[in-house]
Amino acid sequence: MIRFAALQFRIQAAVAFGALVVIAIVLAVTGPHLVTLYDTTIIPCSAHNDCSAATTALTDTDGAIQVFLNFLLLVVPALIGMFWGAPLVAREFETGTYRLAWTQGVTRTRWLAAKLGMGVVASVVVTGLLSLMVTWWSSPIDTVSAKPFDPLYFGVRDLAPVGYAIFALVLGFSAGLVMRKTIPAMFTTLVGFVAARFVMNSWVRPHLIAPLHRVSTINGSSPLNMGETPGGFAVTATTRGVLPGDWVYSNQIVDKAGHSPTTAFIDRACPLGHASAQANYQTCATNLGAKFHLLITYQPESRYWAFQWYEIAIFIGLAAVVAGFCFVWIRRPS
Amino acid sequence: MTSVLETRGLGKQYGRRWALHDCTLSVPAGKVVGLVGPNGAGKTTMLQLAVGLLAPTSGSITVLGDAPASNPAQLGKVGFVAQDTPAYARLSIAQHLDMGAWLNPDWDGEVAIHRVDQLGLDPKQRAGSLSGGQRAQLALTLAIAKQPELLLLDEPVASLDPLARREFLQSLMEVVAEHGVSVVLSSHLVSDLERVCDYLVVLVDSHVQVAGEVSELLASHHRLSGLRRDPSTLPANQEVIEESHTDRQSTLLVRTEDPILDPNWTVIPITLEDLVLAYMSQARDTEHLGRPALGVVS
Repeated sequence: MIRFAALQFRIQAAVAFGALVVIAIVLAVTGPHLVTLYDTTIIPCSAHNDCSAATTALTDTDGAIQVFLNFLLLVVPALIGMFWGAPLVAREFETGTYRLAWTQGVTRTRWLAAKLGMGVVASVVVTGLLSLMVTWWSSPIDTVSAKPFDPLYFGVRDLAPVGYAIFALVLGFSAGLVMRKTIPAMFTTLVGFVAARFVMNSWVRPHLIAPLHRVSTINGSSPLNMGETPGGFAVTATTRGVLPGDWVYSNQIVDKAGHSPTTAFIDRACPLGHASAQANYQTCATNLGAKFHLLITYQPESRYWAFQWYEIAIFIGLAAVVAGFCFVWIRRPS
Repeated sequence: MTSVLETRGLGKQYGRRWALHDCTLSVPAGKVVGLVGPNGAGKTTMLQLAVGLLAPTSGSITVLGDAPASNPAQLGKVGFVAQDTPAYARLSIAQHLDMGAWLNPDWDGEVAIHRVDQLGLDPKQRAGSLSGGQRAQLALTLAIAKQPELLLLDEPVASLDPLARREFLQSLMEVVAEHGVSVVLSSHLVSDLERVCDYLVVLVDSHVQVAGEVSELLASHHRLSGLRRDPSTLPANQEVIEESHTDRQSTLLVRTEDPILDPNWTVIPITLEDLVLAYMSQARDTEHLGRPALGVVS
């Protein structure tokens, strides 16, 4: 049955591997230049701590390819679900060939196992290779931009895309099995996949591991935002530039009891006097620092791989649940 | 005589409509069985139940002594040619034969290749470019090379032109002669079945109207013609299937195991087609009488 599943899948597989080869050639041609650029500009500048110009130069190199690769790896799992997963069984229903396939000397359970197994293997190989290539190509840029947890990059590097692809394929298959029509199944797959990714990004991933806290005193060089707001003069702490490479959830100004400063306190602590803005900032920071400190909630960069493993494991788990549903559904009386 | 297909109170419901209802049937082995009935009578439902593509709503069905599609061995023993003879348009004939070889334990590759050769087909040709008749032959080849004990064919000739129709039925008869396989063949045209079947099941409005050996059916049904007369005055052993009257004359189609002795009747032998049509119209009339509220016959 595996051989027949492979025979039916050979055109899709050929298209995917053809595209992979083209991308591999482009990356092999342009990638070494980025590595050289990193070695010749970033390493020397790190020695005297002045890398802003070199960083900008590196992160702007091959900008179009960067955008394309990140976009590609973002959509490839969805495309796999829609164009590989959904038609896998829906086409059999549409063309009536399921009546041929399911009356051969192979049970439906085995037919399903072979179809799903082959689709999953192909998805893993394609997204695995693509993610490997993109992660390698982008590594000099990723090193200097230091945003491994950024939702824009986290899902398009290393292991995560493989988990997404497995889930999308199985989701597409199940939609095709239930709906029996390719186009509605493709649409359902897209919606379901985007929803799963969104829920994971927004609500699940931040809670997988309890974040760490870091306390720091407030002084003139603390990252504070000051200004008039509709509610009056306000001071808040920013997360920008705080703990680069880590995933900073929040940066709060709190006292020992965990309370934020009241508006009245800020009004007293931060006089909008005649002094210069710089002097006002210093006064405000000093007065705040007497009673308050900064509380940073974050995930350290060292947990990156733990989060990557959680990501792939959760999506493989979801895929397993959906696949289990398919095995039950295909055997149910129709 | 063992039976290849046995149903007991078999029913299949789609929503509120019964596609097949309370159907009890025993199809003997070694026969070529014609399953005949108008479109929508439940023939496809019956055959799809027999290969396990559908599951019954009520009752039970066994095929070759086992529940349909219950295990690979059972699947391998039943050859099925589905309605419109589906095939993978992008795969070649040779690849279809590969599929058969990979998926069926008792596949006979020589029979398959020999048949394709005999039909004058190019094994490299894609199924999508075959004519309807050629595709039907491919489907039959796939079903036969499994070396099945039972061959089920769902309206295999319905979409074929008269020549392809004859060729298909001819090759089916050759297969039966060579391999001694039991066959159930559905059609809405009696003329297709007349030449090939020795057993007939008439299915009308989701019910089995009559089933039996063709020779026995023909021997036990007679068309009687004579002076006008009330059918209720007939002997008790004569069941009226169909009647028509003019002012002076009555024509009846009766079923009886005994000879017609009444000299007032002219006894005319009937054809299979007459018989089937009589049962179909009988079913329609009882529908009218028995369920007047429904009104329309579907």
